[in-house]
Amino acid sequence: MVDKVQEQVEALRRLAHTPLQDCIQCGRCSAGCPVAFKMDLLPHRVVWELAQGNLETLLKATAPWQCVSCFACQNRCPRGVSPAAVMEALRLTAIRQQGANKYDAAQLEHFDPELPQQALVAVFRKFNK
Amino acid sequence: MQKIGVFVCWCGSNIATTVDVAQVVAAVKTIPNVAFAADYKYMCSEGGQELIHKAVQDYQLDRIVVCSCSPRMHEATFRNCAEQVGINPYLVEIANIREQCSWIIKDRAQATAKAIQLAKAAIAKVRFNTPLTPGESKVVKRALVIGGGIAGIQAALDIAEAGYKVDIVERQPAIGGRMAQLDKTFPTLDCSACILTPKMMDAANHPNIKLYTYSEVEAVSGFVGNFEVKIRQKARSVDAKRCTGCGICTEKCPSRKTSSEFELGLKTRGAIYIPFSQALPKVPVIDREHCLKFQTGKCGICSKVCPAECIDYTQQDEIITEHYGAIVAATGFDLLPLDKFGEYGYQDSPDVITSLEFERLTNATGPTEGHLVCPSTGKEPKSVIIVSCVGSRDTSGRGKTYCSKICCMYNAKQAMYIREKYPQIDVTVFYIDVRTPGKAFDEFYRRAVEEFNVHYIKGQVGKVLKDARGGLTVFASDLLSDKHLMLHADMVILATAVKPAAGARKLATMLTASMDNDDFFTEAHPKLRPVESPTAGIFLAGMCQGPKDIPETVSQAGAAAVKVVGLLAKDKLRTNPCVAHCQENICSGCLACEKVCPYGAITAETKTVINLAGVKEQRTVAVVNQTLCQGCGACTVACPAAAMDLKGFSNQEILAEVDALC
Repeated sequence: MVDKVQEQVEALRRLAHTPLQDCIQCGRCSAGCPVAFKMDLLPHRVVWELAQGNLETLLKATAPWQCVSCFACQNRCPRGVSPAAVMEALRLTAIRQQGANKYDAAQLEHFDPELPQQALVAVFRKFNK
Repeated sequence: MQKIGVFVCWCGSNIATTVDVAQVVAAVKTIPNVAFAADYKYMCSEGGQELIHKAVQDYQLDRIVVCSCSPRMHEATFRNCAEQVGINPYLVEIANIREQCSWIIKDRAQATAKAIQLAKAAIAKVRFNTPLTPGESKVVKRALVIGGGIAGIQAALDIAEAGYKVDIVERQPAIGGRMAQLDKTFPTLDCSACILTPKMMDAANHPNIKLYTYSEVEAVSGFVGNFEVKIRQKARSVDAKRCTGCGICTEKCPSRKTSSEFELGLKTRGAIYIPFSQALPKVPVIDREHCLKFQTGKCGICSKVCPAECIDYTQQDEIITEHYGAIVAATGFDLLPLDKFGEYGYQDSPDVITSLEFERLTNATGPTEGHLVCPSTGKEPKSVIIVSCVGSRDTSGRGKTYCSKICCMYNAKQAMYIREKYPQIDVTVFYIDVRTPGKAFDEFYRRAVEEFNVHYIKGQVGKVLKDARGGLTVFASDLLSDKHLMLHADMVILATAVKPAAGARKLATMLTASMDNDDFFTEAHPKLRPVESPTAGIFLAGMCQGPKDIPETVSQAGAAAVKVVGLLAKDKLRTNPCVAHCQENICSGCLACEKVCPYGAITAETKTVINLAGVKEQRTVAVVNQTLCQGCGACTVACPAAAMDLKGFSNQEILAEVDALC
């Protein structure tokens, strides 16, 4: 079981491919993030939790789905770490889970009709297999 | 027949644990010419040196090989030891079986085998060593200090007080440097000018000190004990001897739009100006680029109003050539430009300032006469946010990788004096770590929090925007509460990274002094020779060597001065006899050596030489000046004919060593 967690953590780190150990926890990523106010786990914490291997905290977090991939965190990080890459790794991991559909077609009726068609396509690409 | 003695050191357990010293002794005993070999616990100790003395007498040894630590540690020890028993010190060779063997190899058999190899190589070389005698060179009893900030002033005062002549070259029109721009100094909060100006006065009035202000070092040649330096004294357009410093010219100058360098652009100045009120020498300078007289030919008001008639529009730059025994580099620092840090809004809002600009804003002689106001509105701020580590500890390429060291202390200082003078202003400091080691330093920072209610938040500022109300919106993080913050501030102070002053690298090249990747001068040894450059005769003081505060700068300047005085106190210096020489019969006169020589020691001469065919002929050959040559060996590598040879490291000696290894 422990090995499986460790394996998943390693897989996440490989996907993120960013020097987690270089992070000095300055918090500049979280400070400048335009959607930080929506996040349950701030970008600096996302980097920290992956460095620590706290898989459960990471998988529970909804922050990766708030992240808009603007890369401000990566651009401003003084240590060359990319919290955006960790966010992407978390999204990819979720997406690649077989059968774990996050948005069922049956839920379509709840979809806000004001949203553009493209958003609908994106939702299915991101959340469904 | 040569008689070589080989001495193998245990270095306590340092060598003996991984190298079987007895086996090394047994192995070298079989080598021809080795008349004596022994091992000893500490060769550098008195007992070890006595062992050498006794063996030399008992076995009539004429050459010595010591297998021990790096020659940097004890080569001098063993050379002296040999000299005492009548062996030329240059007939001693060191085989480094510690740093290059026992410390890096774990396997005993492997380490022993390598130690034997290294001993064999040293024995092969010592066979070809020739006795060498050091020459002598004179010492010019005058020192040069480059930079007239607190580091340069202190070093010059200490050298002058010891009785030696010293010149200060300062490129600004006045001495004082960065310290003159500061308002107060930590950790005692005394006024910077109050403690600096007496020192500036002392330096300006000292009979042993000569100031070259508005001057720059143009060229340096020569070597330790006798540097020849060309100093460009830029034209002030004012006769400094007659000027009384009344300042009427600076008041009447009609060109007023140039931003003041001393006030960091927070104020304008005339084209003829004195940089600051306590400037020394108190002599104005004409900035020709902004002077109407120089640009349009019309004006000349300063000349008309000058009661001493000392304005001279025809003045030219002057080149002064002077000789010095020693040079102190004290070139100080600049702040990192913030053009790559757009998110802090430094370029967008005048209310986002650097810490140095803040010093001017709170200084009684500054642009606001010491009233803290927002540059945009002229109104007192209600809240101030200080951001630490702007451009420091940054490995991304935008900033500097090092910690600027002084910021944590001046952040606390600035926060405290805002709170003391204006208790109604709210001050918040954002930090990654608060680093305040030093005597009474941490107490100082804690006082800001405990007594002055400065808010310290662990976290950083991510973005600063101008808001609709004319203030600033600051986005930040509070890592201890794990929160994202959106705050309002009227002023943001950026604790900007320091970097070596512009032109430091150009100077280092002239001095042949080495620098690190950040353009800080490197010291000869980070622990044991911290104020000396690896280049003999060049000493270091202040920020040019690395980030440091005023107390440290003053101590380092004092230490550099002592080293200078120690050098100037000598009448003659022993020169290194390991210098290059040219085998004229082989030399083709291509002068590849001349081009690579960093000391200008090689010249071309037309001579009558006997060529390799035994025929007399007249041709150009390279000639090495033995006093200028520092024995770096660059010429021996550049020479396509191997005509250049380095005494003590001759081609023959080196090849013998290589042969013994292969």
